[in-house]
Amino acid sequence: MKRSNEPVFWGLFGAGGMVAALLTPVLILITGILAPMGAVDFSFARVDAFASNILGGLIIWAAVSFPLWLSLHRLYHCLHDFGVHAGNGVKAAFYGAAALGTVAAAYLLLF
Amino acid sequence: MSKRKPYVRKMGSTWWTKNNFHTMYIVRELSSLVILAYSVILLFGLNALRGGEAAFDAWFAGLTNPLAIVFHVITLLWTLYHATTWFSLAPKAANLWIGEKRVADNVITGSLYAVLGGVTVIGLLIAFVL
Repeated sequence: MKRSNEPVFWGLFGAGGMVAALLTPVLILITGILAPMGAVDFSFARVDAFASNILGGLIIWAAVSFPLWLSLHRLYHCLHDFGVHAGNGVKAAFYGAAALGTVAAAYLLLF
Repeated sequence: MSKRKPYVRKMGSTWWTKNNFHTMYIVRELSSLVILAYSVILLFGLNALRGGEAAFDAWFAGLTNPLAIVFHVITLLWTLYHATTWFSLAPKAANLWIGEKRVADNVITGSLYAVLGGVTVIGLLIAFVL
C-alpha cells in the first residue's frame, strides 16, 4: 500500500496551530493595532534591525510560514464541508501555496 | 457500463447553521481565513521591508487605515478563539505521561494559556521597551 502523505501535512498543521495560538495574537496586537495607532515605534530602521537579527528573523519567519500550513490545511478540508469535492490538483495548489509562502518569507528575510 | 445507480446523499453547504456545535466548528475552521490573510499581509510587509524605507512606509501607511485596524481587531479576536479551541483540544492530541501518571487535561491546557500569556508579555516588552 502506498504511504499516505497526510502525516507530513498534519504535522505542519499542528505546528501552525501552535504558532497561531501562542505567537500570532501578540503580533497582530503590535503590527495591526498598537503600531498603526502610534503607540509603538514601527519605523523602518527599527523593524529592519529586528528582522536582520537572527532571532528576530526566525520569529518573523515562523510567524509568517507556520500559520500558512494551518490555514491552508483547514481551508482545503473546509471545501469538503461546504460540499466541494476537490481533487488532488486543488490539494497540491493549497499546500503548494503554503510551501511557496514559507520559501518566500525565508528568501525575503535572507536576501 | 455499470447499471448501478448509487444514492449520493445531498449535503449542501448550510448544514452547519442548524446546530450550534456545528456552527462553532465552522467558526473555528474559518478562523483560518483571517489567519491566512494576516500571513499574507506580513509577507507583503517583508517584501516592502526588502524594498527599502519608502516601500516599507507605503505598506505601513496601509495598516493605519481605520478599516485595516478594524480588520486586525477582528483577526485578533478570531485568532484568540482559535487559541482557546486549540488549547482545549491539546490534551486529546498530546497524551502526556509522567512515569505511571497521565498528565491531567487541565494541566496541559493551563500551561498553554500560561505560555500564551508569557509570549504576549515578552512581545509587548520588546515592542515598548527595547
